[in-house]
Amino acid sequence: MRGATTAIAGLGVTEMGKVYGRTASDFAGEAISLALADAGLAASDVDGLLVNGNHSEEMVPSLQFSLGFLDLTLVNVMSAFGATAATMLQCAADAIARGQANVVACVYADVPLREGGSASQSAYAGKQAPTGFAGLRSAYGDYGPANTMYALALRRHMHLYGTDHDQLGTIAVGQREWARMNPQAQMRKPMTLADYHASRWVVEPLHLFDCCLVSNGGVAVIVTSAERAADLRRPPVHLRGFGQCAPGDQARTGRDPAVHTGARTSGERALREAGIALEDVDLLELYDCYTYTVLVTLEDYGFCGKGEGGEFVADGKLGPGGSLPCNTGGGQLSSYYMWGFTPLAEGVIQARGEAGERQVEKHDHVLVSGNGGVLNFHSTAILGREAA
Amino acid sequence: MKPVPVRDEESAPFFDGALRGELMLLRCPACRTFMSPTAYINTPLRPRCPACFAPEPEWAPSGGRATLYSFAIMHQLYDEAFAADIPYNLAVVETEEGVRLNSQVVGCDNELLEIGMPLEVIFDRVGDDVAIPRFRPAA
Repeated sequence: MRGATTAIAGLGVTEMGKVYGRTASDFAGEAISLALADAGLAASDVDGLLVNGNHSEEMVPSLQFSLGFLDLTLVNVMSAFGATAATMLQCAADAIARGQANVVACVYADVPLREGGSASQSAYAGKQAPTGFAGLRSAYGDYGPANTMYALALRRHMHLYGTDHDQLGTIAVGQREWARMNPQAQMRKPMTLADYHASRWVVEPLHLFDCCLVSNGGVAVIVTSAERAADLRRPPVHLRGFGQCAPGDQARTGRDPAVHTGARTSGERALREAGIALEDVDLLELYDCYTYTVLVTLEDYGFCGKGEGGEFVADGKLGPGGSLPCNTGGGQLSSYYMWGFTPLAEGVIQARGEAGERQVEKHDHVLVSGNGGVLNFHSTAILGREAA
Repeated sequence: MKPVPVRDEESAPFFDGALRGELMLLRCPACRTFMSPTAYINTPLRPRCPACFAPEPEWAPSGGRATLYSFAIMHQLYDEAFAADIPYNLAVVETEEGVRLNSQVVGCDNELLEIGMPLEVIFDRVGDDVAIPRFRPAA
């Protein structure tokens, strides 16, 4: 099993949120620096750099130059939107297994928030030039296109299966409870189900508290061989299995990736490669751009049947003390929004057993998901305390 | 003032059709499958048929009938020009040709929108020489 030979040896998470006056490259450099220090490695040890392509114009191959890395034997910018993180780990693991690189830095950084502006004025607002088909969406007032498209997906799920806001709110409340134990989380005020219901509509059926945060910051992980990781400062987090599935677009009849996501195929493949069953997964770090993403991902991984996600989460099993701990740092809803590096970072912390107050007792196998587009791209990584 | 779409080379057949009162889609010359002009936000015209992978889809008119696939109600103000419209709907319709399009439903209170409801296309003049398709409950 290829995945058995590599591990995450270092994690770096910068200050997150409304942090202004810094570039994405600066955050990327700090995140990598923190991750190297965490691992007990130097910048000169790095021979691979993988960059998560995103809205920032700085997350490009020349980031290598800005950061001063020389003679890298693996460099690339990877992009499957929010599904990218696990695909980067996979690329790093494959390169290390083949001897192409030894120490690979994988990084995400962005500065979508501007000082004095709200999230709706951030890089995610999606106000478009009026030209061509983009102009058509603007003429309809279809701004913040991700919010709109996830609202459309959720409405469809509600229509088909009766999913309701008490169920979605339970996800948001559970994650806030986790976030309250995470010093790195942006949102640590208590939230009740009533608070959730009272939060304003953004695009109905999405309440404000169904939606993720927008954050400035950076996260990096260092991937190396399991053998080398064993000699470094921190407990290795083994890369046990990967999966991907990109179901395609939903602009034609008979295609419903917004309701039947790539999580099904991606999850099956990752678990098979890891050599474990769904029941062996101790905790979940699920990509949560919206509460709905968590719900539909649980269904497609097979934790419950299709359409049963609402009932499945309603008892609060995802929250602290529940039977299926999920998004234990607060996720993108309540901690910070660094695309797939939000669930990945918390997965590493939990797998190491270093989550402090919020540490999940059994943490042998952590499932980390990535989701991109409007449920068009999915990736899965299985992290393990042991190599096999 | 609300944004008025400016036709460019790739969208001109669509907007010209709207002015004539025709909803223009793409159709595969090989297998006759209809498709949306673009597959996603900020993507170019589809270069290939998604059913058979044949190149050079051609413009062809839709019959204009559709059903409501899903809808959302916008409450967030991004542009002052839409302030008086909030809350307004944004919809995905599925045309009888099997094509899903992002649009809006008019002539129906938001509270009465229902997935599956039959719709028909109408064209709203939004500028001197610009019209955009919207959908209303079918007669």
